[in-house]
Amino acid sequence: MLSIKNLHVKLEEEDKAILKGVDLEIEAGKVHAIMGPNGSGKSTLSYVLSGKDGYEVTSGEALLEGEDILDMEPEERAAAGLFLAFQYPVEIPGVGNMTFLRTAVNAQRKARGEEEISAAEFLKLIRARAKELKIDAEMLKRPVNVGFSGGEKKRNEILQMAMLEPKMCILDETDSGLDVDAMKLVAEGVNALRNEGRGFLVITHYQRLLDHIKPDVVHIMADGKIVKSGGPELALEVETNGYGDILAEVA
Amino acid sequence: MGAAAETLSSTEARLADLTLPVGGWPEAARSDALARLRQMGLPQRRDEYWKYTRPDTLTQPGAVPAALFDNDEAPIFGALDRLNIVFVDGVFDADASDDLSLEGVRIDRLAEATTDIHWARDLYGTLEAKGQSPVHRPLAALNTAFATDGVLIHVTGKPSKPINLTYHHRSETSDAILHHVIKLDPGAEITVLENGPAAARFNKCMEVEVADGAIFHHVRAQGRDHERRAATHIFARLGAESVFKSFTLTANGVLTRNECVIELTGDDAVAHVAGACVGDGDFHHDDTVFITHDAVNCESRQVFKKVLRNGATGVFQGKILVQPGAQKTDGYQISQSLLLDDDSQFLAKPELEIYADDVACSHGSTSGAIDEEALFYLRSRGLPKGPATDLLTLAFLAEAVEEIEDEDLREEINGRLAAWLERHRS
Ligand SMILES: Nc1ncnc2c1ncn2[C@@H]1O[C@H](COP(=O)(O)OP(=O)(O)OP(=O)(O)O)[C@@H](O)[C@H]1O
Ligand SMILES: [Mg+2]
Repeated sequence: MLSIKNLHVKLEEEDKAILKGVDLEIEAGKVHAIMGPNGSGKSTLSYVLSGKDGYEVTSGEALLEGEDILDMEPEERAAAGLFLAFQYPVEIPGVGNMTFLRTAVNAQRKARGEEEISAAEFLKLIRARAKELKIDAEMLKRPVNVGFSGGEKKRNEILQMAMLEPKMCILDETDSGLDVDAMKLVAEGVNALRNEGRGFLVITHYQRLLDHIKPDVVHIMADGKIVKSGGPELALEVETNGYGDILAEVA
Repeated sequence: MGAAAETLSSTEARLADLTLPVGGWPEAARSDALARLRQMGLPQRRDEYWKYTRPDTLTQPGAVPAALFDNDEAPIFGALDRLNIVFVDGVFDADASDDLSLEGVRIDRLAEATTDIHWARDLYGTLEAKGQSPVHRPLAALNTAFATDGVLIHVTGKPSKPINLTYHHRSETSDAILHHVIKLDPGAEITVLENGPAAARFNKCMEVEVADGAIFHHVRAQGRDHERRAATHIFARLGAESVFKSFTLTANGVLTRNECVIELTGDDAVAHVAGACVGDGDFHHDDTVFITHDAVNCESRQVFKKVLRNGATGVFQGKILVQPGAQKTDGYQISQSLLLDDDSQFLAKPELEIYADDVACSHGSTSGAIDEEALFYLRSRGLPKGPATDLLTLAFLAEAVEEIEDEDLREEINGRLAAWLERHRS
């Protein structure tokens, strides 16, 4: 599904390398998790994949279903099926949540040459999905993320993901700021989307989330590289011992 | 030439080109206005409130020719149930206008003001004259003196539909002067709409007397002709518990100066003035507002938003004056520009002058660019850059547009803004 080969990225503005040769192979139907110390480059990877300005790819490639996405505009990547649940969802005053989501769904459909969703159909769908995530109707009418609590913002990201039905979902610390119940809701939201055709990359600091969203593979990122990969047990090891041992071992 | 001599010569040059209408009840008001104008002189670049806007093309004899702008868009407000009054290059067009009778309102033409209309005689030029202090507005005095057409609207009840003043521009050299007088009796309520480019050069004055408990709504869409010029004035006086709400949409126009002078004279009155303008290239748009609080517990809001690109210029000069004794005043003023490139500029002069101690007044002015984080967020969800930028731009304008109470009118304005933005993408 997503194939990242030897990806090197530096900041556009200064000569600072952030990603120093990332290799990652995420198959359809699988959930991969990335853990790693603060500042190791996890969010940068997610931004570079989704097309944010400010980064320069100096070498390597990233293929989504065999297609190189690094030269695409952010919206083209979205239409191709990539989705990023932001670590820090952006507040957009003046743009209604519902309007925004319907515009997004239709923009993607249009880009893919599909028919637009009708207002009625969309409303039905979003109401059902919002209910599952315990997002009330009033919140849907409010401007995007404005005045939302930390947890509400994260749930709103998952709602967007559910509505857009992407092929490749990247979740950047979607668990941070969530209370125990909200974390369960979010995990259920993610699990409901798990299927044969969809890949997941879950960035997290905590084993907790992985109790609910069981990963197939766990990677450890440090200083811009994947330094170790393994099964779910790797996350447990980090939870009990921190990164010290792993980093010492690969150093 | 000294400053005074320069003012005098430019004023006399303009006056040489005009003929003072004679006869009828407005005669005295006209000659008073002419005397006022001569005493003040026409605006000059050095005048305090003309620093950001060059007055010369507004004051010179004759209009700079303006090409007619054809487009296939359906005329704004056209689908509404309304009483439409049409002016072509500043002259009333009876054939194109609806019948002027409507329950709850009496409409007369200034041009037919031979028989005495008492209320209009008492009001014509009065609010304009009052509005000349403390800041001179000579173009409005010129208007009062020389306008030969316009409407006199006496609102006695609550008419069932809005009155729409439609201004067509058909001649490339037309130089139009219109003066409207609107009087709302106590408890009366009306919505007045205005739209259209009007003329190559348009000088328009509207005096509005809002009596106790009356409600006045005004929504205006200034025409899209690129080369037109306009200097407009609204003078309003508000009685106790009255409401005055005015919104203006401006898209295109090489030069627009909209002045709004409001006096809150009765307790618990509410005045809102808002504007949304979008300019691309050769566009200069100036909102100059002066609100005087002279009663207790009144509320005023000024909300002005400007979207500028390709060298367009936006100006905002807004003042809140709170007179002694005008306690519990709630005054709010915001002026903001969204600069879509580095070539455009926004010049703002927000002013507060307060002589009462128990008031809450706030003002703010900002200039900014599109929020890149928000833009990326929208694009990452699949919105292409153009529509995503438009969405953020409409969101920026929303606070001004939301000042329009009527939902249909608000939708109409939003639709026009969205269409304009789509046509003017980079
Ligand atoms: N635009 C930028 N300007 C300057 N430094 C940046 C920028 N983007 C990333 N960095 C730096 O790159 C490094 C990696 O940052 P990144 O946000 O990817 O880390 P992370 O692994 O997501 O950390 P965390 O676990 O704290 O979220 C950090 O040192 C960060 O300061
Ligand atoms: Mg991060």
